[in-house]
Amino acid sequence: MPKHQLDPNNWIKLYSDYLFNYTITRVSSREIAQDLVSETFLAGLKSMANFKGEASERTWLISILKRKIIDHYRKINSNKGKAEVRINYNSDTDAEGDWLEERVADPFDKTAEDTLENSELGDAIHDCIGKLPEKQAEVFKMKTILGYDTETICNELDITASNLWVIIHRARTALADCMEKNWF
Amino acid sequence: MKKRFLFISCEEAKHICDKRQYGESTGWERIKLGIRLMWCRFTKAYSKNNNKLTDALNKAEVDCLNRIEKEKIQKEFEQELAKHK
Repeated sequence: MPKHQLDPNNWIKLYSDYLFNYTITRVSSREIAQDLVSETFLAGLKSMANFKGEASERTWLISILKRKIIDHYRKINSNKGKAEVRINYNSDTDAEGDWLEERVADPFDKTAEDTLENSELGDAIHDCIGKLPEKQAEVFKMKTILGYDTETICNELDITASNLWVIIHRARTALADCMEKNWF
Repeated sequence: MKKRFLFISCEEAKHICDKRQYGESTGWERIKLGIRLMWCRFTKAYSKNNNKLTDALNKAEVDCLNRIEKEKIQKEFEQELAKHK
């Protein structure tokens, strides 16, 4: 019997935010990220028969998404030359240092390790949010990640401001505990 | 009366601390929280963890779908799912 089984009825609820966060850091456009996530779910549905049950549902969906992201870049770079990187000696600015050595990246800028660590941190946060009760997760995401103001959330979810702060408090306490165990 | 004016409960301190994470606490609330933080180790521990969580959230730059975006994906998916049943 396979270790894992697929349940597409819960895919959007369980994995859409995780897949979206994974995509948005790689394509930097909300619309494109949204389309790629949607395509991933549809592709997953079509290839359910190929699922062997060795990996978790999420890992399997991520592997489909990775291919979708690669395909996306292949498509936009399909015109020859678009993907070429051109680095020239620069003489057309007033800046003193016009040699490439003087134009190297800022050493205090984000490194590949920073990016990787932040991406893993993002995964850990999403895992912890996934463990919250549905309502708490929704309010927390709207307030903290999407940055909606209190009034908008209260109107949209039909709750009072004090209710919202109680939910936020519970969500933050649970998240801090979860992150303490898994990350900090 | 004056004492109650300056000294707040642990619950109120936590509430102000939460609001502070979103930049929604007033100057006066921050003063009251500051006083509580000087002597209450529970508030101090909560505040420390809360700030740590905010730092992690800012560092990770997490993002998610809003309700409309999610509903759009859900709708497309359900149409396809219905075909598979």
